[in-house]
Order: sequence, then C-alpha cells, then structure tokens
Amino acid sequence: MHIPDGFLDGRTAAFTAALSATALGIALNQAKLTMPPRKTPLLGLTAAFIFAAQMLNFPVVGGTSGHLIGAVLAAILLGPSAAVIAVTAVLIVQALLFADGGVLALGANVFNMAVAGSLGGYALYRVVRRIAPGDRGRLLAAGFSSWCTTVFMSLLCAGELAWSGTSPWSITFPAMANVHMIIGLGEGLITMLAVAAIARIRPDLLEEGNEKTAVSYAPILAFGAVLILGMVIFIAPFASPLPDGLAHVASSLGFGKNALRPPVLHAPIADYQIPGLGSSVAATGMAGALGAVVVFGLSLLLAHVLVRDHRQSDTT
Amino acid sequence: MRHDFVDRFSRLASPVHKLPASAKFLAALAIVLTVVSVPMSFPLVHACIALALVAIAGTSRIPPGFLIRRLLLLEPFAVGAALLSLFQTNGPAVFAALVIKSTLCLLTMILLANSTPFSDILDLLKRWHLPALLVTTLALMYRYLFLLIDELERMNRARASRTFVASRRRSWHILGTVIGQLGVRSTERAERIYAAMRARGWR
Repeated sequence: MHIPDGFLDGRTAAFTAALSATALGIALNQAKLTMPPRKTPLLGLTAAFIFAAQMLNFPVVGGTSGHLIGAVLAAILLGPSAAVIAVTAVLIVQALLFADGGVLALGANVFNMAVAGSLGGYALYRVVRRIAPGDRGRLLAAGFSSWCTTVFMSLLCAGELAWSGTSPWSITFPAMANVHMIIGLGEGLITMLAVAAIARIRPDLLEEGNEKTAVSYAPILAFGAVLILGMVIFIAPFASPLPDGLAHVASSLGFGKNALRPPVLHAPIADYQIPGLGSSVAATGMAGALGAVVVFGLSLLLAHVLVRDHRQSDTT
Repeated sequence: MRHDFVDRFSRLASPVHKLPASAKFLAALAIVLTVVSVPMSFPLVHACIALALVAIAGTSRIPPGFLIRRLLLLEPFAVGAALLSLFQTNGPAVFAALVIKSTLCLLTMILLANSTPFSDILDLLKRWHLPALLVTTLALMYRYLFLLIDELERMNRARASRTFVASRRRSWHILGTVIGQLGVRSTERAERIYAAMRARGWR
C-alpha cells in the first residue's frame, strides 16, 4: 500500500500533497481546539503503537503476508483528527527512516492511509455504530469499517497510479481491489480481535474518545469536502459509465496528445485486448459489492461469538 | 534494544556524517526530485546520480552489506507495484524505468536516514516551522518506539513459554490480543509520561 518514489508523476504528487496538507491542517487545528493537553503524549505513543503493530505480519493466501494498517484502530482509539495526525507521523517516519514509501509520494500515502483511512473508516464506523449499539455493535462496526477502508484505500492507490500513467486502470483496479478484498479480511479480523481485547482490559479507552465527541459540523464538512474531492479526482474519472473517462478528461485538458505518441516498444498484448479484461473491471465491482455484504455478515457472526466468549470468561 | 535501532549508523564519524543536516536533507530531496522528474530518455543523468550515490555510500563508512540488505528488503514492494505496469503498450520500458527510478530513490533515502540522526531532522522540521504538535508527535514516537518493540518481544516470549502448539485459529486470536494489549499498554504509558511531563513543569 505504501507507494514508493518514482511511481507518481508530479501532477499527482502535487494534488495529493495539497489535499493531505489541507486535511492535516484541519486535523491539527481541530486537535488544538478540542483535545485536552493530557492527550498530547498519547498521540506519539499511539503512533509508535501503530508502527509496532504494522511490523507484525499475518499470513495471506499463497505464501504472501500482509500487515495491519491500523488507521481505523487509531481512529477508534483517538477519534478522527488525532488519528490523522498519528498515522501521518507513522508514515513520515517510515518514509524518512525506513525508505518505506517515497518522500515525494508521501502526500499520496498520507492521503490514502492517514486521511482517507482514518476519516473514511471513522465515518463508516460511526454510521454502523448508530445502527448497531452495544458491545457487539462496536465489534461489527470495527470489522466492517476496517475491511471497507482497506478496499477504499486500494482504490485511491489504483486511481493515483492510473492518473500518473504508470499502469492503466483496467489493470490496477482489479489487481489492487481483489488483493485488498482479501488483505482487508485480515485487517478486519485483527481490528475486531484487538478492539475485543481492549474492551476486556480497559473498556473506558473505547468510550472516552468517541462516545462524547462534540458534534460540531464545521470540521465534519471540511473533512468531508477534502475526502470527496480526492474521490472525485482519483476514482470518479475511471469509474464513470462514459466510454473512457480519462481519455475525455485528457483531451479536454489538452494533455491527451502525449498518449498519441507511437509506443517505444511493442507490447506482447495490445492495450484493452486481453480477453475479458473489460468485463474484469465490472466483475471486480460486483465482487466488491457482494464482498461488502458477506463481510458485514461475517463481522456480525464473529461479534456474536466474541462477545459471548467474553461474557463467559467474565463469569468463570 | 538500543534506542537508535532505526537509524543505527547515523552517528558514525565520516565526512558525510559531518555535513549539516539541512544540506543533506535538501540534497536528498533534490536527488529524488531529479530522479523522478527526468525521463528515462536521458540515461546519463540517472547513471551520474547512481555513481554519486555509490561514492557517497563509500565515503560514509556505512557497512555496504547493511545498505544492500536494506535495499533488498524494500525492493520487492517496488518491483511488485511495478509489475502492474507490464500489461500495457511499451510495458517493459515503463517497468524498467520504474524499477531504476525507485531503486535510486530508495538508496538516497537509506543513505540519508543512516547518515543523519533523526533528532537532527526533527530539529530541522522545528526550525522550518512545521506545526508543533506534529513535531512533538514525531519526537515522542521516535523516543518510545524501541520501548514498545521491546514490550512486544517480552509479550511474545511470555506467550511462547506458555503455549505448545499454535493452531491457525489460535494464532489469529493471539495476534489480535497482542495488538490490543500493546495498545492498552502504550496508552497507559502515555498516561504515565504525561504525569512525568507535568511533574517536570511541562506547559
């Protein structure tokens, strides 16, 4: 999920950096206004915790392994603004110290994981929480929103790569979405189990940050605007039902002529001619919709199992 | 674990290490920007940068084995992402360009991280007026990360000494519980840190 340097063109890097800087600015301002000073060290420690948790791998099919991203977990523990700051700090340290994710791609990585991950995940978490209250509802919301957020982040990532002309949407979208629909299962499961463990040890940590969040609409509107702008820029041009959204945008903005240059090398398979490729985009979309329903059901089931376990262990 | 396990070789004494942090930081950014923005139709530029990076690595006295291991550790992610670009017209050319560019950028950043202590970079960010809360978060994260990783190792050792066989279902449960437990412990540590900060007159 961490985009390395060299994969994004200047335009994409600049757009994502501007969006991320805006969202981070709002988050910092919001944290200054509403966060009590005793939570200042909590931001740094949560960032370190998310970093350490990202070092633990879990197995994914086919011998590969994934790791937690933890944006939703951070948002559940800290609330949305503080989570944006903490996850941004994780990404900055990873880029500067570990070269994990590029420095010029930092804007894109912050937008995908810190901004869209924490804000999008938290918004969904709160929506599900409103429908399903109680301990089970919390686990259901944590699992479902983690899965959806992982897939959502991969869509943004695919959109940014396609926007940069690195690889076409017809390839990146099915590849990224399908892989992350599976990795998202791990993210959702781990987030649910971690939240269940925290609910067992220190339930107050889950109540404090979230349940009494003051409802003020200005930051919600500002965060929502940044998030929707990102989706409109990076996902909508490709997902539109028009024959070829990007080609249209490209020609109307005048940079379409670059695409008309004769290819340097002839590829073994010409663009758009892999059999079934056009339909694979549609199939991935269908799978995503179906997957969301299945994951919701699975999360509900697991929430019931986990909360019953917990009650039993309390009485024994 | 030592506190500087993340930037272990950043405190050596070599000509590269003695340069001011701001110069190194800006130079690294400039190199990355050049590598990314110059198209591969000018291979001489990339070759020169590659040579310069190897020369810097040589004078920095960072063990070459360490640099190569770090690079190989990160390379799979770049190559994996680059594989997606193969399926288009002139795919192989794009693929080669991506791998070359990302490798040069990776080497640049690895050299920066291991020739400049992170505290110097934090100083720099503070001097450049990055928001104070963000810099504090970064500083606390750098300060406590190694303690949390130690904590993780202790929890793993305790678990390993108590479980004989880890079934698949069990291992997921353990991973989730360990992460939850680590979250609680880091929160409680933050509470103690705040008490200590206040006791020393913070704010």
